Amino acid sequence: MDGTAKKRSGTRLERNDRLVRLALLVVAFSAVSVLLVITVFIVGQGTPIMFRYGLKSFLTGTRWYPSENLFGLWPMIVGSLYVTVGAMVLGVPFGLSCAIVLTEFSSKRLRSIIKPVIELLAGIPSVVYGFMGVVILVPFIRETFGGPGLSVLAAAIILGIMILPTIISISVDALQAVPPTYREGSIALGATKWQTVKMVLLPAARSGIIASIILGMGRAIGETMAVIMIAGNAAKVPGSLLDPVRTLTSNIALEMGYAAGEHRQALFATGVILFIIIMVLNTVANVTASRMKGAKK
Amino acid sequence: MRINPRAEQAFVRAVLWTLTAITVLILVYIIVFVLRKGIPALSWDFLTKNPVDMGKGGGIFSTIVATIVLTAGAILIAAPLGVGTAIYLTEYTWEGPVTRIIRFGAECLAGIPSIIFGLFGFILFVTKLRFGWSILSGSLTLAFMILPTIIRTSEEAIKSVPPVYRTVSFSLGGTKWQTVTRVVVPSALPGIVTGVILSVGRSIGETAAVIFTAGSALRLPTSIFSSSRTMSVHFYILAREGISMPNAYGTAAVLIIAILAINLLTYYLMNRFIKKYS
Amino acid sequence: MTNDIAIEVRGFSQFFGQVRKLKALDLDVRRNEIFGIIGPARSGKSTFLCALNRLNDLVRGSCHEGTIRIEGRDIYEPGVDVVALRRQLGMVFATPVPLPRSIFENVAFGARRAGIRGRARLDSLVRDSLEKGGLWEEVKDRLDTSGLKLSGGQQQRLCLARILAVAPEFILLDEPTSGLDPISTMKIEESLRRLKKEYTIVLVTNNTKQAARVADRTAFFLNGELVEVGPTAKIFTAPDDTRTDDYLRGRFG
Repeated sequence: MDGTAKKRSGTRLERNDRLVRLALLVVAFSAVSVLLVITVFIVGQGTPIMFRYGLKSFLTGTRWYPSENLFGLWPMIVGSLYVTVGAMVLGVPFGLSCAIVLTEFSSKRLRSIIKPVIELLAGIPSVVYGFMGVVILVPFIRETFGGPGLSVLAAAIILGIMILPTIISISVDALQAVPPTYREGSIALGATKWQTVKMVLLPAARSGIIASIILGMGRAIGETMAVIMIAGNAAKVPGSLLDPVRTLTSNIALEMGYAAGEHRQALFATGVILFIIIMVLNTVANVTASRMKGAKK
Repeated sequence: MRINPRAEQAFVRAVLWTLTAITVLILVYIIVFVLRKGIPALSWDFLTKNPVDMGKGGGIFSTIVATIVLTAGAILIAAPLGVGTAIYLTEYTWEGPVTRIIRFGAECLAGIPSIIFGLFGFILFVTKLRFGWSILSGSLTLAFMILPTIIRTSEEAIKSVPPVYRTVSFSLGGTKWQTVTRVVVPSALPGIVTGVILSVGRSIGETAAVIFTAGSALRLPTSIFSSSRTMSVHFYILAREGISMPNAYGTAAVLIIAILAINLLTYYLMNRFIKKYS
Repeated sequence: MTNDIAIEVRGFSQFFGQVRKLKALDLDVRRNEIFGIIGPARSGKSTFLCALNRLNDLVRGSCHEGTIRIEGRDIYEPGVDVVALRRQLGMVFATPVPLPRSIFENVAFGARRAGIRGRARLDSLVRDSLEKGGLWEEVKDRLDTSGLKLSGGQQQRLCLARILAVAPEFILLDEPTSGLDPISTMKIEESLRRLKKEYTIVLVTNNTKQAARVADRTAFFLNGELVEVGPTAKIFTAPDDTRTDDYLRGRFG
């Protein structure tokens, strides 16, 4: 480009547009600012006590007795882990099956009925799920398997049900995003539909499906109200599926109402741990999801 | 031993369909169960009278009002912010570090569990800013919870407006702002409204964030500084404390019917607007 | 500059980033003529048209060299009101793009942006424009129906009426009939012949026969360069440049 090249000139209207652009830029940063403020506050309120108490004893201590200033988070960390893993074990097979059936094995009409139902169920409040757990599932567990009924098992089942819509809808999107030519090519080679699914479609949609699983995991870890209602909330490492359990989220929700001073800070610290876990999960999910989008191109 | 592919497919199909049927049945059962137990508790009085005796008697009118006000407040705050962000991302800038940061912020916000929002709302709005347990605190907290959804759906809606519309507007002498407000946003409105309605559905069912910011007072709210109890919080308290099972079911039924209505409204709007513009 | 030259282009090059799409163009467009531009795909014809109304400015990384003078004024001078410029040169695109609103609102769109208000004024403006565009008779009873419901040819005449409503002096058309049936094409060509009494028209077309039918003078673009320009009859029967001859005989393009 020669040195005589000119740039376009500014006019009054363009200056107005620049103002609008600036105003919208400020607005656009609202989400980021809120995120920052949340991080700052939670971390600000929670980290001092973590270090004062000692990070190691905070994370690995097995006794949570706020009245005696004992803040061992280990039972809750394990609790969240068990409950989440349980939810995944139940939710993923059912959810994936549903997704596969919806995209590959059902007619358009059937799909148009089932899909809205699933989307509707994504909107049901968590407290209703929890309530159903209390009223139906917990007594059932108590009578059939023994124990108090309020247990890891109950929480895992209910959470598994709750994350089904997430896993199903994202996996359906991932499967539908596989180019039709993959299916056609495989059928043309004489494969059955299931073989096509198993060997072509599932690998092709892998990133999206993994993203759905991770997002489901995130939702399971973050769930509070339903878990409080059915998990028993004993701050002890559960010994079996039938023992009561407390998760990180319920820990916060249960005691926040009356906590003060160090106790309250300890709850914020619980929030920090939860926050970190969720952030890591989300980043991983986003990376896999963008790899899915990138691979499409 | 080679498995006959057709037999394998038949077997797998049976398994998949069974699992799917179980899934759908469970999900449908939940709705049916709540509605069956809850609809008998519904009556005109139930919907229009305030709770009496901690909720053992009376109706749920104050909670309905609280839910509506809280949700309306959240939308009033989040919609301009969300749509504005979406407009900025699509119309006023190009892909680069800035947009990536903004999107990252929105994505992260979307993944934060509601209890953390509750904590945040409690420490910032209720305590530090001294709003107390109030509709104001609750609306602000809810607004930031639904912000990512509104940003995402608005962005999609705006992106799907054909680029030629913008070119045509410019060639007729429209300024950027006129193009955005007179052509792009009106065309994207159905998608934007859908996103808002979805967020309404989500706000209605939200409990953890609300209980720590708007409180749980049973009185009818008188100002944005009043504490108030929404339907989902009311339901939670009724159920957990065992105050009144019939009323609990009734509240749950109202909640589910409201969400059902909202979902149906969304489908109706989407279909109508797709027909109008294609 | 002689009085009958409406657009004067001198040494004009258009860049998008590092890519040079137009190379040092020199040409004149006379007032009240239909100036045709022909050439193979990607030869810069549309880019040139969009340079005239500075629509290229909207592309990120665009810049230029040289000058374009419209009615004596350099359109890239600082202080030029780009919005008014774009109204001065109305553009009709290859694909008819009615806005998703009523016929009336489509035609009134540009006028409203220009600040024209008042139902009576808009009514008569819309009617005038539709008449000039050759569409009034067909739609006068259904001005409130959606513009999207018209046929392709009608939509294109609607787009023509839309720009006429902002009272331009120039009409720029970018392959306006490429997707239309012969009858609609003919109607639009008729309108152009009528309109050239009041407006100066620049017509980019892929269809050389259309240029032969309608244009007073024609220019041949190739790879962003102006190869040749002159009276249509001469270009089509005895062009100076062999490349022009080759293109017209269908040897390439």
